[in-house]
Amino acid sequence: MASLEESKAQQMGMHTEQLLGRTQQMFFDPEQEDNFLYPWAKEVDFNKRGEVDASDLSSTEINNQIRTLLKSGHGSIVIKNPGAKHSIAVGILNRLNLTIEGSLGYFGVGLIDGPNVRISGRVGWSCAENMMSGSVVIEKNAGSTFGAAIRGGDLVCKGSVGSRTGIDMKGGTIIVGGDTGAFSGFMMQRGRMVVCGDAGKSLGDSMYDGTIYIGGTIRDLGVDAIPAELTELDRAWLTRKLSQYDLMPAQDVDHFQKIVAGKQLWNYDNLEPIEKKLIL
Amino acid sequence: MAGSQYRGTEVDDVDHYMKGGGIDSEREKEIGQHIGYRYDVNLVPDYDRITLFLSKYIELMGWDDLNWLEDVHMGYEEGKPAVFDRNINGWVSIPDSINLPEGQQDRDMLAREMLIKFQMSKQHPLNDLRKAYMKF
Repeated sequence: MASLEESKAQQMGMHTEQLLGRTQQMFFDPEQEDNFLYPWAKEVDFNKRGEVDASDLSSTEINNQIRTLLKSGHGSIVIKNPGAKHSIAVGILNRLNLTIEGSLGYFGVGLIDGPNVRISGRVGWSCAENMMSGSVVIEKNAGSTFGAAIRGGDLVCKGSVGSRTGIDMKGGTIIVGGDTGAFSGFMMQRGRMVVCGDAGKSLGDSMYDGTIYIGGTIRDLGVDAIPAELTELDRAWLTRKLSQYDLMPAQDVDHFQKIVAGKQLWNYDNLEPIEKKLIL
Repeated sequence: MAGSQYRGTEVDDVDHYMKGGGIDSEREKEIGQHIGYRYDVNLVPDYDRITLFLSKYIELMGWDDLNWLEDVHMGYEEGKPAVFDRNINGWVSIPDSINLPEGQQDRDMLAREMLIKFQMSKQHPLNDLRKAYMKF
């Protein structure tokens, strides 16, 4: 990095401190034995299967039962009769195969880090909100703010989704087999969104970064969302990802439109303090 | 390369940000800082470059690909190679003892491997936070 003393802003006395990142000193041995799990993760076996009949249980009771099964080493859990209850299967920070036979209400499978979830029905608002890693596959439709603030992992809805899909997403992949509503990708910061069908109005509005791929028509683009060229790497990635979830279109992926940020909204990074001082 | 709007994709020299580069535009020269990330956040992984360690990791997790690690890249902080850890909201330096590969895709795979080793280590700061604040 060039010295700040050389900069015009520094010469004008607009700031005194050097705005650097917060580098964490490495304090682990890179040669240590392979360890792929968090220290607190439960040892589970994918072949050990457990079931929860949720028909007479509250959301809290269902979530507690999932944790109890995890503690006893169950790596595959089936939730029966979820009854579209809210906040089911949230906060799972473990490897796990979770099957939900039915539909979920609001905030289903939020805050997860690791599990592979399959939902045979529909989901309400904010499914997989703040998801960190793993995969979630929904066989039918999803409500609004699908994958809100997602940070990682694959979130797949084979049907259509509501508005504001992937709002504030900071990573990961959202795949929609059908259409998506208005303001999808609103304030997107990174990650990838793939919509095989059509997109509603103001797609990618105020997006800072990330990539949106649309297979159908786009009603209109939002502020600072601009078309970009689909590259060979994009095509290879789309083909692999869509095939993985049985969503590969018959006509291949060449028809997908790629949308990226125009990069006119760079005001959230470490320049902000400088900007403020310049204003003051 | 994906992310054609990102100026980093126009950087041919993979060591550009380690040589103190990144202060290229008029605006950057004016403020003395690089604008944006020091890597292409939209660069999708080349699976031909995947390492054995990462293959074993995704197999254990039951995933078909790199999953959340697709968003992890080798970045450059203060002229040194580093990987960003979202769990601590900070950069983790790559030790000097590790030789950097030539290509960005290979460097990204190395960054992913280092990040997993760091996050799963008992010395990770999240362990202390968890002891202090965990609810279940």
